[in-house]
Amino acid sequence: MTGTSSDLTRADVAELSRLLGSGEVSAVEVTRAHLDRIAADDGRLGAYLHVEDDAALAAAAAVDQARATGAELGPLAGVPLALKDLVVTEGVPTTSGSKILEGWRPPYSATVATRLAEAGTVLLGKTNMDEFAMGSSTENSAYQVTRNPWDAERIPGGSSGGSSAAVAGHLAPWSIGTDTGGSIRQPAALTGLVGHKPTYGSVSRYGLIAFSSSLDQAGPMARTVLDAAVMHEVIGGHDPRDSTSIDTPLARLADAAREGAAGDLRGVRVGVVRELGGEGHAEGYEPGVLARTREAIEVLAGLGAEVTEVSCPSFDLALPAYYLIAPSEASSNLARYEGVRFGLRAGDDGSRDLDEVMAITREQGFGPEVKRRIILGTYALSSGYYEAYYGQAQKVRTLITRDFSAAFAGVDVLVSPTTPTVAFPIGTRVDDPISMYAADLCTLPASLAGLPAISVPSGLSEGLPVGLQVMAPALADDRCYRVAAALEAAQDAARGHRLLDELGTPAGAA
Amino acid sequence: MTSTADRLVEFDDVLTRYEPVIGLETHVELGTASKMFCGCATTFGAEPNTHTCPVCLGMPGSLPVANAAAVEATIKIGLALGCRIANWSRFARKNYFYPDIPKGFQTSQYDEPLCVAGHLDVEVDGTTHRVEIERVHLEEDTGKNLHVGGATGRIHGADHSLIDFNRAGIPLVEIVTRPVPGAGRLAPEVARAYVTELREIVQALGVSDVRMEQGSLRCDVNISLNPVGDLEWGTRTETKNVNSLRSVERAVRFEMRRQAAVLDGGGRIVQETRHFHEDTGSTSSGRSKEEATDYRYFPEPDLVPLAPDAEWIEKLRAELPELPAARRTRLQQEWGISGTEMTWLANAGALGLVEQTVAAGATPGDARKWWLGDLARRANEAGTELAELSITPAQVAELVRLVNEGTINDGLARQVLDGVLAGQGDPAQVVEAQGLAVMGESDELVAAVEAAIAGAPDVIAKVKAGKVQALGALVGAVMKTTRGKADAPTVKRMLEERVLGS
Ligand SMILES: [Zn+2]
Repeated sequence: MTGTSSDLTRADVAELSRLLGSGEVSAVEVTRAHLDRIAADDGRLGAYLHVEDDAALAAAAAVDQARATGAELGPLAGVPLALKDLVVTEGVPTTSGSKILEGWRPPYSATVATRLAEAGTVLLGKTNMDEFAMGSSTENSAYQVTRNPWDAERIPGGSSGGSSAAVAGHLAPWSIGTDTGGSIRQPAALTGLVGHKPTYGSVSRYGLIAFSSSLDQAGPMARTVLDAAVMHEVIGGHDPRDSTSIDTPLARLADAAREGAAGDLRGVRVGVVRELGGEGHAEGYEPGVLARTREAIEVLAGLGAEVTEVSCPSFDLALPAYYLIAPSEASSNLARYEGVRFGLRAGDDGSRDLDEVMAITREQGFGPEVKRRIILGTYALSSGYYEAYYGQAQKVRTLITRDFSAAFAGVDVLVSPTTPTVAFPIGTRVDDPISMYAADLCTLPASLAGLPAISVPSGLSEGLPVGLQVMAPALADDRCYRVAAALEAAQDAARGHRLLDELGTPAGAA
Repeated sequence: MTSTADRLVEFDDVLTRYEPVIGLETHVELGTASKMFCGCATTFGAEPNTHTCPVCLGMPGSLPVANAAAVEATIKIGLALGCRIANWSRFARKNYFYPDIPKGFQTSQYDEPLCVAGHLDVEVDGTTHRVEIERVHLEEDTGKNLHVGGATGRIHGADHSLIDFNRAGIPLVEIVTRPVPGAGRLAPEVARAYVTELREIVQALGVSDVRMEQGSLRCDVNISLNPVGDLEWGTRTETKNVNSLRSVERAVRFEMRRQAAVLDGGGRIVQETRHFHEDTGSTSSGRSKEEATDYRYFPEPDLVPLAPDAEWIEKLRAELPELPAARRTRLQQEWGISGTEMTWLANAGALGLVEQTVAAGATPGDARKWWLGDLARRANEAGTELAELSITPAQVAELVRLVNEGTINDGLARQVLDGVLAGQGDPAQVVEAQGLAVMGESDELVAAVEAAIAGAPDVIAKVKAGKVQALGALVGAVMKTTRGKADAPTVKRMLEERVLGS
């Protein structure tokens, strides 16, 4: 054993994989180090809704035992991870951040959970999130507020804020998040992580509790671009249980990350999206965010990339379109929570009929943001309004897709800030939905077009992380990894350490 | 329940003032091995909730995958009905709350169905009625509610309800007609003939067992009346779950009579769903459509659009089996019967039964005679379908053979039928067990003849005086004492020999 348990929780997955594979550390040691860290620090961060404890140690012990008997193990065997609490896990509580699923222990597992388990990873627990992934700060969780490891008075982003806080706070080496309008990229940006939303249809949605079916995608949240690519390769690829799953082989993602880290971007054409923080579109963007974005683009240019500005006029319509499509689908996806078969049932005291029990269950089980979106979506789909709202929003989606196609005719990737601002203080936007929704301004276009997009750290502004978003054409996820890895490697080299290393271990933690 | 209170106009009277427009929505449960969107089995009658999985229970996170065999079956039905098969079709979510739909919506099709614009010609009383088919689409069945306690078996008044999700997710094809005007007094029969013909088509395609009593074919019947000569159709009611061919006819007839009474009284028809009551043949008010759910249809984002390619469709078209209309034309020629006779056979649901009876050795004439005669009458009395009678075509063929061989006569044959229907075995076994064979010139018959002669000297006197027909009374008396087992011509000859000495 070469390190303390603190070293183990600060190692990235590539390092853990090496240590486990060489036998320098055992899976139990790695898992215990993380469980200890969770016990010490999660009271402060509130990243986890459920910790597996003994089950995680048992799974780790099984990996160690298999290794001891000489079994051929994959490179990730014994590496711990955290799953966002909307990833369905057999026998393990899965709430989607909602009281309406309190106590539910699913009878099956999501494809991504199964693939990660088959790779030998060890589940540490389930992370907090905005209820049903509806939110950008994790303040909409029905259970607890999660704090940003960079500043405990600030939000960790959302909806995958439990995952971002866990990975940035060293309570898990990596995590699965899900992204509907930015819920992987935005929290990754606000906590100094790498987060990738894969091409829609390239990672199975089977077993992800649905928010908006035509937008939801699961993806990696990690400390390095390479770790994210490795996790993506494990969870990606065709799944016959999801009929929207694309039946083509994944691009070579880890290779793309390694290639990017070598630092040569000659021949790569980078388009800077004017509508996302560019000239005439900078309102609402913090100067520090724009400065880090400019610097990051200069780094890319310095590595040989050809940088041009690109205009995507329909992106201005992304926010209103998203807030019609996602709530519409959600209003239908959430109809199954009525207390008949699983989860909460309220008001069933024998005096009330079925309709009343369903209504009381939903009244008590859903939080205000979920109710707001169900009402919005129900209205948008109702007869007489469908064409004006849902129909129009789908047309906007087509326009956005056309803007992307036109842009990608001239460039290989598009870049923008991931978020207009750094992490905001807890409680400042929760009563103002419109300002909260603005946190997803930059991430929504790629979501609506189903395109891959990654957020990679670009530096700090006022001591808080800023992310650069790299978007690519459908199924060209490898381009995101390549460009992001190039930026990461160049900045780490210039800085002499990783951005996340500037986040010290809090006092009192091991 | 309002059915007993409904005033009704005599059926013939309805037609003097009103014209009916009918429409039918028929649901056919497909006989695929697995459900529409998951791998669960579809077997009927299994223990409740044993054929379920996260998908058909609507568990959070589960996703549907469309069953290709069900899509193929739907296209076949569409082709058999002369529909255009869409080259782009989508599933849609029909959103409403009810405990028997696990997801809070039913996956169905809305404005992009698989098949559109077909037709089905049905014959009633020698005239052909064209029923236009608006659409044929694919959806999933709901679970089954069992409401426990309360008088009606409906949710209102029940103590609690149980739900069986075995049926949830079984593929269901909905066939929707366009409104059918102009059937006039034949409207009830046209409705029945349509469902009969549709059922035969689906049966011929082999895609469903179409057993109405098990609910694998279910019918909703729309009816409206408008004053004779009015161009505008009246407000329609939709009578739900009419689950036998006979009930389809009765439901149309009842609604016509009820609606006429409402209109006669100056009332207006409420657009509503109505329940059909098998016992009384009446309908009662269900939920009003005017306060109906807005289903908020939208394209199902969890399923990719269906885009059947033209080559596949043409292959399916080429593989269609002989359809019932073509089969009838062929059999009509083979059996040498008229079009009207063929229509009767078909509308009585007897065609297949007769064909099988002929295949088992009976002549077409004999087979028709029994199925359309005694057996049809018994089915009618029992309020059931011919095919549901507990007698097989092979048994009917055997009965015919026994008659033709002279083992039994027609009268005895009817008693044999009683035995077969009562489950006493094949006709020959019933004849044997009950001693129903025709009597030869046995001692018993000679005794019966002589007793009849001795007991009616006045008749004998008349006969001897030249009134030979009077012997008929004695034949009747002998038949009675032998309980029908004697052969009437033989009895007549024996009487003549003895009385006239010839
Ligand atoms: Zn199932």
